[in-house]
Amino acid sequence: MKLTLDGIKSGLLTVLIHLLLMVTAILILLPVIWIIVSSLNPGDTLLATALWPKKLTLFHYQYLWEETDYKLWYFNTLKVATANMFLSTALILPAAYAFSRFRFKGRRLSLMTLLVLQMFPSFMGMVAVYVLLNQFGLLDSHLGLVLVYAGGAIPYGTWMVKGYFDSIPRSMEEAARIDGATNTQTFIKIVLPLSYPIVTFTMLNNFVGPWLDFIFARLVLRSDCNKTLAVGLFEMVTGIGNTKFTTFAAGAVLVAVPITLCYMFLQRYLILGLAAGAIKE
Amino acid sequence: MLYKISKTRAFKAALLSTLWMGLGQIYNGQWLKGILYASFELILLVYFRKPFLRAMWGLWTLGETPQQRVGGKVVFQGDHSIFLMIEGLIAIFLFLIVLSIYIYNIRDAHGYGRIRDQGKNVMGGNTIYKALKTNSYPYILVIPASLFIVFLVILPLIFGILIAFTNYSSPYHLPPKSLVDWVGFKNFINIVKLKSWSYTFWGILAWNSIWAIIGTFSTYFIGLFYAVLINSKRVRLKRLWRTIFILPWAIPYFVSILIFRNILNMQFGPLNQILVSIGLTRIPWLVDPFWAKVSIVIVNIWLGFPYWMALLSGMLGVIDKEIYEAAEIDGARAWQQFWHLTVPMLLFSTSPLIIMSIASNFNNFNLIYLLTGGGPANPNYVFAGSTDIIISWIYKLTLEQGQYHMASVMSILIFIFIATISIINFRRTKTFKEEDLL
Repeated sequence: MKLTLDGIKSGLLTVLIHLLLMVTAILILLPVIWIIVSSLNPGDTLLATALWPKKLTLFHYQYLWEETDYKLWYFNTLKVATANMFLSTALILPAAYAFSRFRFKGRRLSLMTLLVLQMFPSFMGMVAVYVLLNQFGLLDSHLGLVLVYAGGAIPYGTWMVKGYFDSIPRSMEEAARIDGATNTQTFIKIVLPLSYPIVTFTMLNNFVGPWLDFIFARLVLRSDCNKTLAVGLFEMVTGIGNTKFTTFAAGAVLVAVPITLCYMFLQRYLILGLAAGAIKE
Repeated sequence: MLYKISKTRAFKAALLSTLWMGLGQIYNGQWLKGILYASFELILLVYFRKPFLRAMWGLWTLGETPQQRVGGKVVFQGDHSIFLMIEGLIAIFLFLIVLSIYIYNIRDAHGYGRIRDQGKNVMGGNTIYKALKTNSYPYILVIPASLFIVFLVILPLIFGILIAFTNYSSPYHLPPKSLVDWVGFKNFINIVKLKSWSYTFWGILAWNSIWAIIGTFSTYFIGLFYAVLINSKRVRLKRLWRTIFILPWAIPYFVSILIFRNILNMQFGPLNQILVSIGLTRIPWLVDPFWAKVSIVIVNIWLGFPYWMALLSGMLGVIDKEIYEAAEIDGARAWQQFWHLTVPMLLFSTSPLIIMSIASNFNNFNLIYLLTGGGPANPNYVFAGSTDIIISWIYKLTLEQGQYHMASVMSILIFIFIATISIINFRRTKTFKEEDLL
């Protein structure tokens, strides 16, 4: 192999690029590693947390699970998330099917309304939601929270699923109709099986939502025993003096692991959907 | 001519149904339907007229008798203005539903009257049932979702808009203790006229807009940079880099933001400890107004660039190779190709997503509230800190200060801002133009 000037230059560039990628990877991983190590640190406070502790301990996880309300929050969040997943999906799928396959009065207007609503941060009507839930005795209840989440999930979800349904060719449905299948049968037996990726996406998305939401959970849930994880963790870390930092770290790791895995899984669908939407332009 | 029309059965049926629901149907010989309609109106008038009128009174006056207390004890409940307002709104929504049924009833009578004018028989119950089943199918699918949207999204939005025209605020106009009144456009005028409010408003709006732009484009171009880098032929282990770089996007954002809140802690945070240990001074990350803004931008880059990286690297693969071949023949160098071909093309085709991202950064409540809490405190602002954006200011005004009226005014301003952006955005897209897709 001959050593030319160009060859050296090109080799140097390759090394530089990899160096840059490595530095970036470190910058990305450091906070992640730091929080994991913190959760295994023997100390309590932020100051006492070392990046290279002399010994590691699982004490904080044990403490979190046994001494604090964390277990309760975890269970609450799981409950709300599961309920929201089923309710939202059950509302979104039929609506999206109707918008995709039927032409009816008010369709265009409804779709435009959903499109505009999707743009709004859902807590703009916060005061009203609060008063409404209060009115119906749903304040500080998980049912109230699930209803609010489901309402908020519809605009985006319906558009997303409708877009997917639009891309499924109709020939099979037409064939089924000729064979005498009703609308409902066609929907359940033909359209749904063909669209399992978007159904999975919708379900997962609505399952993950409540784990991340902070605003509504804080607005609706008042008592300590009803809290969800986001609120509980926030209060843990912003409370007086931040003396429970390592416990917070353990809590953060326990939430982040399942959600991160979920998202890594979701990523594929999300990127595909977004890219398709962008290229349609 | 007019006389002729008034002679037709269609006209008579429609007129009868206008006078009382169902009469036209009975005239057309559809007894069951007619009786159902007629009794529907009867029930409405007998049982719901009074509650409806009271709800309208409530919405109009927002209550007339305040709560009375003697020595801290409530002796008379009085009117609760906010409940009256919500009840009034719900009543109007229900009234609109009834109104559409009423109009449908008239059209129905007219339609069957016309069929009779043409000398045909009206359909029997069985046929009607079948027709109803086919025509109403999509509506049945949409109704559950619509109810949720109307009562949990639209109703709160309208309620929020109405609040902006009242004086609903602590400490003097807070039900159930005292009444709330309509004040017209006074709150909007106050935002511009009252010095403290206008200073806060313009200050926050300026930072909010700058933030939305910087927040979007910093993540966009850094994402693009890494997308190009990883796509380059020189890079080994592409999958590994992509998996690592996508990580910030997958971690729940509230967890990451709270972690950064600790990393950037001025006294005890690890970042400042490192700075001190290599002989530099501490940086007041979240404490100083300027550095707090820098922190927000940096943390946002960490959180946001993976999204663009993933998206753009997908699109880089799709761009037509022929364009590059043409450019190469014209003698364009690699970086020229990049700046004059790749970047404009990506910017063009992702422009709706960029606009959406600007809008969502404009309202990035979570980042601001969880990272800095809007702080550090700004003594010149009304109920706001130096890094507060409008949406976090609204949150504070609502949940911490009870200034609902001003919070609603801000919500309306954001409403106008976002609606404008989204309408411009979607008018341009293919989805909007193609009748079949929408």
